[in-house]
Amino acid sequence: MVGSTAPRVSATAILPKPALQRVLDNLCQSGFQLIGPTVRDGAVILDAIRNISELPIGWTLEQKAGSSHLLRTHSTDYFGCPVGPHSWKRYLFPPHFDLLTAHRNSHGWTFEPARDDSPPFAFIGVRSCDLHAISIQDDVFVNGAVSDPHYARRRERAFILAVNCNTAASTCFCTSMKTGPRVLSGFDLALTELPESFVIEIGSEAGSNVLAGVDWQPASAFDLGRVTQIMQRTERQIQRQVTTSDLPQLLYDRIDHPYWDAIAARCLSCANCTLVCPTCFCSTVEDHSDLTGTNTKRTRAWDSCFILDFSHVHGGNSRPTVKSRFRQWMTHKLGAWIDQFGRSGCVGCGRCIAWCPVEIDITEELSTLRSQGAR
Amino acid sequence: MSATTMFEPAAIADPMLPYPAVVRAIRPETYGISTFSLEYLDPAAQAGFAPGQFNMIHLPGFGEVAISICSDPNTPKVMEHTIRYAGSVTRAIGRLRVGDTVGMRGPYGNPWPMQLAEGKDLMIVSGGIGLAPLRPLILEVIHRRSSFGRVLLLYGGRTPQDLLYTGEFEKWQDGGIEMNVSVDRADETWKGQVGVIPMAFYRIRLDHRNTLVFSCGPEIMMRFVIYEAMARRIPKEAIYVSMERNMKCAIGFCGHCQLGPAFICKQGPVFQFSTIEPFFGREEF
Repeated sequence: MVGSTAPRVSATAILPKPALQRVLDNLCQSGFQLIGPTVRDGAVILDAIRNISELPIGWTLEQKAGSSHLLRTHSTDYFGCPVGPHSWKRYLFPPHFDLLTAHRNSHGWTFEPARDDSPPFAFIGVRSCDLHAISIQDDVFVNGAVSDPHYARRRERAFILAVNCNTAASTCFCTSMKTGPRVLSGFDLALTELPESFVIEIGSEAGSNVLAGVDWQPASAFDLGRVTQIMQRTERQIQRQVTTSDLPQLLYDRIDHPYWDAIAARCLSCANCTLVCPTCFCSTVEDHSDLTGTNTKRTRAWDSCFILDFSHVHGGNSRPTVKSRFRQWMTHKLGAWIDQFGRSGCVGCGRCIAWCPVEIDITEELSTLRSQGAR
Repeated sequence: MSATTMFEPAAIADPMLPYPAVVRAIRPETYGISTFSLEYLDPAAQAGFAPGQFNMIHLPGFGEVAISICSDPNTPKVMEHTIRYAGSVTRAIGRLRVGDTVGMRGPYGNPWPMQLAEGKDLMIVSGGIGLAPLRPLILEVIHRRSSFGRVLLLYGGRTPQDLLYTGEFEKWQDGGIEMNVSVDRADETWKGQVGVIPMAFYRIRLDHRNTLVFSCGPEIMMRFVIYEAMARRIPKEAIYVSMERNMKCAIGFCGHCQLGPAFICKQGPVFQFSTIEPFFGREEF
């Protein structure tokens, strides 16, 4: 059982923690570029890794509205650090992406699609909130009438090694959004971290294959019981609660509410919340010309509904005030998204709360709006 | 889900990639507005279009703009686009000459529901350059005039010089369109009606049980058109408006054109008024 053969799909295995390195090595050898959490410049970010030692072992994030502090801990957990400002969208839907090039010769303009040379990515340590965020962006880019071939290519080739979240931050509210903390589907492998081992659920053929040659055992009922215990512990850690049953109508009924002015008085319209949000998908296009004007590159770049230019049309701007832009973001994220895609655009990861420079807390603003009645 | 083996997905058409199109003709309309006739170099790129749909026109180095197609849908080989030189892209388009190329992709968007108007009276209400997306509809109505009841066009401009397609008005009238043209501010040459276009409702009689209203123009104009139509007991389900917002992709990816739950590029630009009523005309929404 141990060693050369691989566990079948939907089986559950247990492996000693250092054996995860072998899994990463197998992924590397299959051509994947590994992307995982790592400590850099005083923050936990997502970047290329090769070794388990690059994971934020012995670090944690203390997060509250308007702050995220990296702290040392005695924990030896590989995946004990809550989510940082990065999300996986920067690899599936990059902040800047070349769409096409245009060349002009004597016959006029011709257009060439840009080549995306990115290797297939293996995402190491995807928490349930972020796994839902990926699936929410799938709704936008590939599940609609028109499919974005660039996103589709990266998404189809991505390997997802998910983790069951064992450390929630005070900003987390996935239980309210029904997006966690336990991963249920959409992964190749799902880990639960025990003190000395990983319980690992095999979600796909690809996940099974990378366990070949790894020192695994079938997980026992006792091991699975410990997984349940850990998930119950994480659920208890999540203190923040959000009521969602009256959305989106709650927000539609408050479009003209004066409380938006009170939020706008604090909001800097800096767009941090939309950049750290794992589901925000708005983009703009930019043309970059060379000096001759005959070669142009067209890129797609992340955009934000907080940017004044975002809603500019000839003769004016439909959202000229901070109030109107904050209202657009929150009404879309928590409200209109449900009408557009059948589920909320919020996964309860808490990033927008932690990374807001002026401590605007979307969960608090929602309950304040609710308590003030329709207007 | 993830693939086991490393293979490249089959090459599929990139919906953001424009096709080269050549400028066949440029017809000045009014000050700062011209109509550009564009034809795809590759006939395979031509997909036909329905009245009310729009194309994305890309001038490399300047950007891409959403422009309504304003020509006859029965001759889609060469598509006309009436463009006002308003921003950096449209101003650069204004410097093009016949024979130049641009990038173009489309058509996009939800067209005017012409089939619903068959057998009914149709009231077309438009202001300024808002007549452009309604012109294909007018031309199509004239082709199949007997399929429709009374067809009225209420068209207004700020001044007589701001009216579009005035050279065609006689032909439209001969084609069976009842024309009601007015201007906000007249000059000594103007012999017609004066006043904002919603006031034209006061000069006509409507069969409210059998009339559809199609409107395109400034939002403030459409607000009053809706008000006047509903005051005459035309149900909001029988009123259709064409909306405009900033647009970067036209395929629902960029997020710019959202109006509440609607993406104007996908569910619009033509909306049944009743479907967007909670979000229409809301301040800064």
